[in-house]
Amino acid sequence: MKSLPKAILALEDGTTFEGYSFGFSGEKTGEAVFNTSMTGYQEILTDPSYKGQIVIMTYPLIGNYGINQEDIESHDPKVEGFIVKENSAIFSNWRAEQSLSEYLVHHRIMGIEGMDTRAITKHIRLAGAMKAVLSTEDLNKDRLIEKAKNSPGLIGRDLVKEVTCKEPYKWTSPNNPQFFPPPPISFAHSHRWRVVALDYGIKYNILRSLSDWNCEITVLPASSTAETILSFQPDGILLSNGPGDPEGVSYAIETIRQLIGKKPIFGICLGHQLLGLALGGKTFKLKFGHRGANQPVKDLKTGKVMITSQNHGFCVDPNSLDPSEVECTQINLNDQTLEGMRHKRFPIFSVQYHPEASPGPHDTQYLFGEFVKAMEIHSNA
Amino acid sequence: MPKRTDIKRILIIGSGPIIISQACEFDYSGTQACKALKEEGYEVILVNSNPATIMTDPEMSDRTYIEPITPEILEKIIERERPDALLPTLGGQTGLNVSVSLYESGVLQKYGVQMIGAKYEAIKKGEDRNLFKESMKKIGLDLPRSGLAYSLSEALTVAKEIGFPLIIRPSFTLGGTGGGVAYNIKEFEEMAARGLEWSMIGEILIEESVLGWKEFELEVMRDLKDNVVIICSIENLDPMGVHTGDSITVAPAQTLTDKEYQRMRDGAIRAIREIGVETGGSNIQFAIRPEDGRMVIIEMNPRVSRSSALASKATGFPIAKIAAKLAVGYTLDEIPNDITKKTPASFEPTIDYCVVKIPRFTFEKFPGADPTLTVSMKSVGETMAIGRTFKEALQKGLRSLEIGRYGLGADGKDKFLFPNGVPNETQRSNLIEEVKRKLITPNAERIFYLRYAMHLGMRVEEIHELTKIDPWFLTNIQEIIDLEKEIYSYGTKVRDLELWKKTVTPDHLPEPLLRKAKEYGFSDYQLGYLLGSDENTIRNWRKEKGINPTYKLVDTCGAEFEAYTPYYYSTYEKEDESKVSSRKKIMILGGGPNRIGQGIEFDYCCVHASFALKELGYETIMVNSNPETVSTDYDTSDKLYFEPLTLEDVLHIVDTEKPDGVIVQFGGQTPLNLAVPLERSGVKIIGTTPDNIDRAEDRKRFKALLKKLGLVQPSNGTALSVEEGIRVAEEIGYPVVVRPSYVLGGRVMEIVYDEKALEDFARRAVEASSEHPILIDKFLEDAIEIDVDAVADGETCIIAGIMEHIEEAGIHSGDSACVTPPYSLSDELIEGLKKNTYALAKELHVVGLMNIQYAIKNDIIYVLEVNPRASRTIPFISKATGIPWAKVAAKVMVGKKLFELGIKEEVEIQHMAVKESVFPFNRFYGVDTVLGPEMKSTGEVMGIDKDFGMAFAKSQIGAGLNIPLKGRVFISVMNKDKRSIVFVAKKMVDLGFEIVATKGTAKVLMNNGIPVQTVFKVGEGRPDIVDQIKNGEIHLVINTPSGKKPKADEVAIRSQSVAHNIPCVTTLSGAEAVVNAIESLKRGMSVKSIQEYHEKTFSLLSSKPNSSPAFAFLR
Repeated sequence: MKSLPKAILALEDGTTFEGYSFGFSGEKTGEAVFNTSMTGYQEILTDPSYKGQIVIMTYPLIGNYGINQEDIESHDPKVEGFIVKENSAIFSNWRAEQSLSEYLVHHRIMGIEGMDTRAITKHIRLAGAMKAVLSTEDLNKDRLIEKAKNSPGLIGRDLVKEVTCKEPYKWTSPNNPQFFPPPPISFAHSHRWRVVALDYGIKYNILRSLSDWNCEITVLPASSTAETILSFQPDGILLSNGPGDPEGVSYAIETIRQLIGKKPIFGICLGHQLLGLALGGKTFKLKFGHRGANQPVKDLKTGKVMITSQNHGFCVDPNSLDPSEVECTQINLNDQTLEGMRHKRFPIFSVQYHPEASPGPHDTQYLFGEFVKAMEIHSNA
Repeated sequence: MPKRTDIKRILIIGSGPIIISQACEFDYSGTQACKALKEEGYEVILVNSNPATIMTDPEMSDRTYIEPITPEILEKIIERERPDALLPTLGGQTGLNVSVSLYESGVLQKYGVQMIGAKYEAIKKGEDRNLFKESMKKIGLDLPRSGLAYSLSEALTVAKEIGFPLIIRPSFTLGGTGGGVAYNIKEFEEMAARGLEWSMIGEILIEESVLGWKEFELEVMRDLKDNVVIICSIENLDPMGVHTGDSITVAPAQTLTDKEYQRMRDGAIRAIREIGVETGGSNIQFAIRPEDGRMVIIEMNPRVSRSSALASKATGFPIAKIAAKLAVGYTLDEIPNDITKKTPASFEPTIDYCVVKIPRFTFEKFPGADPTLTVSMKSVGETMAIGRTFKEALQKGLRSLEIGRYGLGADGKDKFLFPNGVPNETQRSNLIEEVKRKLITPNAERIFYLRYAMHLGMRVEEIHELTKIDPWFLTNIQEIIDLEKEIYSYGTKVRDLELWKKTVTPDHLPEPLLRKAKEYGFSDYQLGYLLGSDENTIRNWRKEKGINPTYKLVDTCGAEFEAYTPYYYSTYEKEDESKVSSRKKIMILGGGPNRIGQGIEFDYCCVHASFALKELGYETIMVNSNPETVSTDYDTSDKLYFEPLTLEDVLHIVDTEKPDGVIVQFGGQTPLNLAVPLERSGVKIIGTTPDNIDRAEDRKRFKALLKKLGLVQPSNGTALSVEEGIRVAEEIGYPVVVRPSYVLGGRVMEIVYDEKALEDFARRAVEASSEHPILIDKFLEDAIEIDVDAVADGETCIIAGIMEHIEEAGIHSGDSACVTPPYSLSDELIEGLKKNTYALAKELHVVGLMNIQYAIKNDIIYVLEVNPRASRTIPFISKATGIPWAKVAAKVMVGKKLFELGIKEEVEIQHMAVKESVFPFNRFYGVDTVLGPEMKSTGEVMGIDKDFGMAFAKSQIGAGLNIPLKGRVFISVMNKDKRSIVFVAKKMVDLGFEIVATKGTAKVLMNNGIPVQTVFKVGEGRPDIVDQIKNGEIHLVINTPSGKKPKADEVAIRSQSVAHNIPCVTTLSGAEAVVNAIESLKRGMSVKSIQEYHEKTFSLLSSKPNSSPAFAFLR
């Protein structure tokens, strides 16, 4: 029997689970959340929105196809810890470069296997996402529970500053056309749109997707002022995804408020929540969030249902929005929460889910086209 | 969108008899569809020739036609019932093909019937290779290079362009029948010719070989608003080249990154839109080149399929049910997810376990059949297992297969035992070549050869090179083997000290290792073997350590939402989710994977037991491992445990649920074998006691039983040696039926006519096992065989039906056609059969069902076999009589009396019902089609009508035979039959047929004044009879085997007839029945629903039960 170091996950409510470490050893705190995607662990690990979170994969067999450099969503993994039922002994895929275990160790991320991940998931579903600690160093359960209780948690905390870029940069690389069919030809020959992407913890695939749609992208740090942003003379502004509580990022809300009405804006995930707050709405925390690649979203206008990729613990309260200003466009069919909104006067819209997928279905890629259309209309106006 | 109100009556076509590639999955899907549509208030008209289906139960539809599924019959039904719509996508390829032909002939248009679910154009686009290829090119999906051919010369041109190896796929056939892989020009010519012949439209596709590529399937659903969701992804362990039905498959896909998976998903969605399947499920297959990820689309089924049944069971998402609702206009978001209740069906299931499906083969039944696996499906059933890891699911799946294995080897039944874990050099070099051969060419045992290869020290890379099986799967298997060796090493120590049996404690195996072994799916039996102990000792010790399985839910959503449907699987984890109620509960053990001899009939009985006991207020718990069935629909029972049917797995469920009783009578041999060990473990078996079952099964006790009752059985004896065998046979008198009492592999049973043949047989049997005796019975030549099904409640016994076999004794009862009521027996004999049956029921204290096989010769009734349990004929007799006998029996088993159930007297039906068997000979090219004591059929159909001739005719047409009304009949019979054939031949001539015969038979016929054309036997000159068959100059073959051993030319005649779909009758009584059928057919066919046939019986059953029994047969 291979003997791996023991590890313990302790939740603030006193529940503990035991497993074995296949990643970096150490001790980390974070909010314990589960993700139900059956593929895409690499994208999940590197999604900056998971900053501050220990991710439990509900699919039990992880690591099967290894890690490749093409499918990362940010420079390095962002999760605080990663829990699976079974880490694959080998990886098998023509694009794989290294094993999950090697990758985690290299980036000093804790990876735990051998836990009853379904039991943890059920517990979180019933008790809610909660503060947790993961340790291979201290195996004293009582002490760990205390540590979990005393950990900072997510509420009101600004995690964006930990994952946003320090300096502005340009992005040029598109998606691999093998995996993302290129958009309609007409776009390829049309105007090249200047987009400023505000990086609250942006996923690369948002940038790659914008590239596909013939956008020239400048990525700016989250703390950039409206003035700085507008100085780039963008055709449109993208508000990216990111980690944590939107209310913890008040400076971003303020900046967005100043941008409203000036340029077309497209918000994704945290960007959507921040936009909601900037538009005078309120956000609230979901019991255990939506994290997975199978979430049904209905477009209220067309009645069409799209399967979306989601990763959020907070949500915009549709009742808090001014109906004369903001229109709710999409809802989640599982729990009827808000998934999309649109400004009634300005070319501003946002979605709670991830049209860039990665991981997840490509059903909502068309939204990047909508954004381009909005820029087109605005520039002609 | 709300459901459509412009349609009221919907026609559903079933898939007909169980055949290879079309099994009970279509009963599962059809039953779901019938239920769903009735629930929505539509009138459902169902057509299916297969009586052993739940869907043909009269309460499932408004009108049920158990009639042949042919365009002619369908037109009659449409004319009579005037449905508004036809749902063609639920009856497998059969349903789809007949729908296409009804459209093409204008029948649907004539009667204003619209196709819902998939329109004609979509079906065509999905099924027609050329159209499919064009469509896929249009949407930018890559395909293997290919070309179509309509003649052999065209085929050769295409072959030259693409290069070998090549795949040949005939268009419009069942499950790739007639397809194959050709490595050279000779093979190619043979396969191309066969393919052209078997294609309904004389077309074959010749394809670039994608052998060895990774193979995937996606199950896709679409609604009228163009919402599309993927229900399940499946990755095949066996790469391209093995039919997916014959492959070990795994859900979800294991070795694709999200980018690669989404590319496939995008492709599937584009494909379903382009093909234009409007609503419902489709199955789309892809292949990926492992070296660089090139993805090609292979094919699409624009209908629900075997894979959709698997996907439904694997995810908990009921594809067929939802498909039916989508077909009448609902959209996915309007339909709730049954399991979570609060979320809609418009989502993609996510699973938090691993599912492994393993095919079940029965090559041992078809000596001479090519046992290699190719693109043409050969397996007869499958089993599915769920575990938290692939390793666990694989081992659970292997022990569910009912092939006597307890996991991935390590159970003492391996072909190579590797006594010390590591073989020595000599062993190695001897074995390695054989093992390599078995790895290179896919075959049914390859999974075990992977194990042997690893034990021989072959590395994963090397095995991958030979098999192209993905290293991920191989590594997981390697992990199982490594753990096995580690466990074994603990056993060795003890064995050396010979301490084991004395101490009876396997304590030296460290507890974490034991736990890990269980997590890897090792059974107690395997552990017992590896440690030199036994299953029971291991179980007790393990339980002492508190290492018990936990039950987890299949919930479609990875625990994200609460699940309301108790659908469980076992695993070794921390948390147990089973919720045990305080209700009275009965557990029903199912039949496991379909195989020849144990099929849908037993599942039908289990489902009825569950329905019946639910009616009485019991909680019902189903245990089964067959994903194709209605019994494993989570809707069927109150609880479903998707588990192997082994003692260990069943005892665990008993430990958890503590049922008030367990039913082993209904699931066939599989659960019956568990009766005694379960009872010994303190489980309450309800119904007839295991001891009484044993009295009927044990040869000695059975003999004593018959003697006590004064009943007659054919003389018999047993022998332990060849010499003793010869002596016993001589005493009894030839011919005799011989069989080994202990069977390894094949279930060889033979009729031997002389000492030489007996010696041959006995030698083989003694070699296989010298401890187990050979059983020898007198063979009653030319006897009439009778099946009687009865039900008894301890006080009263009622005959459900008496079935007279059409073929004489000596042909397995499962293969013989039979008719009820008997058509040639005197009242005295019938009375005698009844009396014997009552006596046996009384003596065995039968509570529940009982089946007895009798033979009648010279007016003497012989008892051949008594089976105090559900028989294969229960569904047939239920459909023939209109009484659900399995339901009645289940209620009796929990204490109800027959009279309380309204069963007061034996039903005398006013019509004739014929059961005919259906054989897989067209799958096993070149195999002799002659019937014998070994069962070979995969399924059955029922023909029902006023008279025997028409009922028989319908049964033949239903079984797929083209009974000719004119043309040329070839007759060649054994000497013994030559006299009787004269009458048949005369009749044929009167009916307008021309007779063709070889010399011997021709002479006899001519002597009797029958005009006959003489034809060459094979080898006498050309053109011979086989040429004539190939040229389509013969329309009916009557050929009874001429000797004890089949002659090569006769085998050629029979197998060529099958290949050309010419009816081939191999018994005299069969020939007489065919003549009868032709006479009836000339008068024209009519159709009538089951509800009409049984109107009287139904009203009788629903009337108030009498307070006292009208008849008490157990006097």
